[in-house]
Amino acid sequence: MIEKACVLSGNDINRIIRRISHEILERNRGAESLVFIGLQKRGVPLAKRIAENIEKFEGIKIKTGKLDITFYRDDIGQNVKPTAQITDISFEIENMNVILVDDVLYTGRTIRAAMDALIDFGRPKSIQLVVLVDRGHRELPIRADYVGKNLPTSRDESVEVKLVETDGEDSVMVIEKE
Amino acid sequence: MLRKKSIIDIDSLSMEDIGLILSNADSFLEISGRDVKKVPTLRGKTIVNLFFEPSTRTKTSFEIAAKRLSADIINFSSSTSSVKKGESVIDTLKTILSMKVDLIIIRHSDSGTVKMVDRFVNIPVINAGDGKYQHPTQALLDLYTIKKRFGKFKGLKAAIIGDFINSRVAKSDISLLEKMGVNVTIVSPTMLLPEDFSGMNVKHCIDDVIEESDIIYVLRMQLERHDRKFYPSTMEYNRFLSLNMDRLLKMKSGSIVMHPGPVNRGVEITDEVMDIGGELGKKIAIEQQVTYGVAIRMAILYLILG
Repeated sequence: MIEKACVLSGNDINRIIRRISHEILERNRGAESLVFIGLQKRGVPLAKRIAENIEKFEGIKIKTGKLDITFYRDDIGQNVKPTAQITDISFEIENMNVILVDDVLYTGRTIRAAMDALIDFGRPKSIQLVVLVDRGHRELPIRADYVGKNLPTSRDESVEVKLVETDGEDSVMVIEKE
Repeated sequence: MLRKKSIIDIDSLSMEDIGLILSNADSFLEISGRDVKKVPTLRGKTIVNLFFEPSTRTKTSFEIAAKRLSADIINFSSSTSSVKKGESVIDTLKTILSMKVDLIIIRHSDSGTVKMVDRFVNIPVINAGDGKYQHPTQALLDLYTIKKRFGKFKGLKAAIIGDFINSRVAKSDISLLEKMGVNVTIVSPTMLLPEDFSGMNVKHCIDDVIEESDIIYVLRMQLERHDRKFYPSTMEYNRFLSLNMDRLLKMKSGSIVMHPGPVNRGVEITDEVMDIGGELGKKIAIEQQVTYGVAIRMAILYLILG
């Protein structure tokens, strides 16, 4: 038996994204030095949504990019290899405040890989991390700067994020594996 | 899946393998366009480039591919090694295997050597040119070039022109293109065709295909493999098979010219065509083939060793 519990609805996600957009602006005192990079795959639409909010609030154009971390993983050779998705960062990140966006923060290994990948594109002034859900169980000394929802989970559970752009609907579910 | 597998010929690749290689190549093409053209993916892996026959682009292409993936690559050419002192292929391999390498890339002028090597060693082997037999990574980069230019394979018309009998590129390309649904015509003088070419679509003059083809694939005249005279004179060859300006102008819009390199200028392609720029120059995809070759080889190394 697989049990599912819906922890965030579409409206919840919208409110979270608006709140985080404000937090980012507050912490960075505006958006002039900001660029947004979403991690493939669901960080990409999340980054886009936050950037669109900020464009609306501040009336300026925000740059967004996509990052795939497949080639920076630390478990290459252990798992089945996925096909890498597109990385597209067509702007300078040198001296910018990079807002890195992902859906779920778990062990921290993806973010470690993402930071290594980013550094190959230049030396940002800072990297700040946005996650929709922080489910705990960190294996590396990494934390998020902006968290949508802290969701204590057990390792037997998994968190399923769906977004309109990738899955046709907005929701976050906790799934209990048998 | 390609993991830990060898690539010896096209037949041994599944459609899934081919799809994975092509889709990963897109990511590696992007990496090759960065300022820092390197990812840490294959750090700590050792690859040997074992070339018993001269090569510039294939060897360099594999070398750059390996380096961009952070693997260590050792170049081993027969002209600078103990092979000159009479060491056999097997003894050379034993020496290399004793040094604990993870993958061997091999080229040899005797057909079948690569297969023999693959049976002998217990690590993956990539065929980088096996006598007159096959050259699968060339075919894959050619396929990728076609994908990038046309976005599809089915229904395209390709003409492969020139020295068929001595060409390992032709054998791999025909096999792969037909597998993907491209209609292939071979244009070659009878002397440069195998004894039995039944089942193949054969023409003898480039003018028979020039107007209708989407892809004009010009083969290199394999002068070093000509142990006898296969055609009367260069002039004769030019008349029936060379790609010259008149013929280039007859090619349909959107069509492309490919060549595995190095080009024998004045034999299979004229100087004029090779040096053409502007709008017409966009038809010549030869340099793109080289660029895409690095991405394809990165994808192959990653899928086998990653």
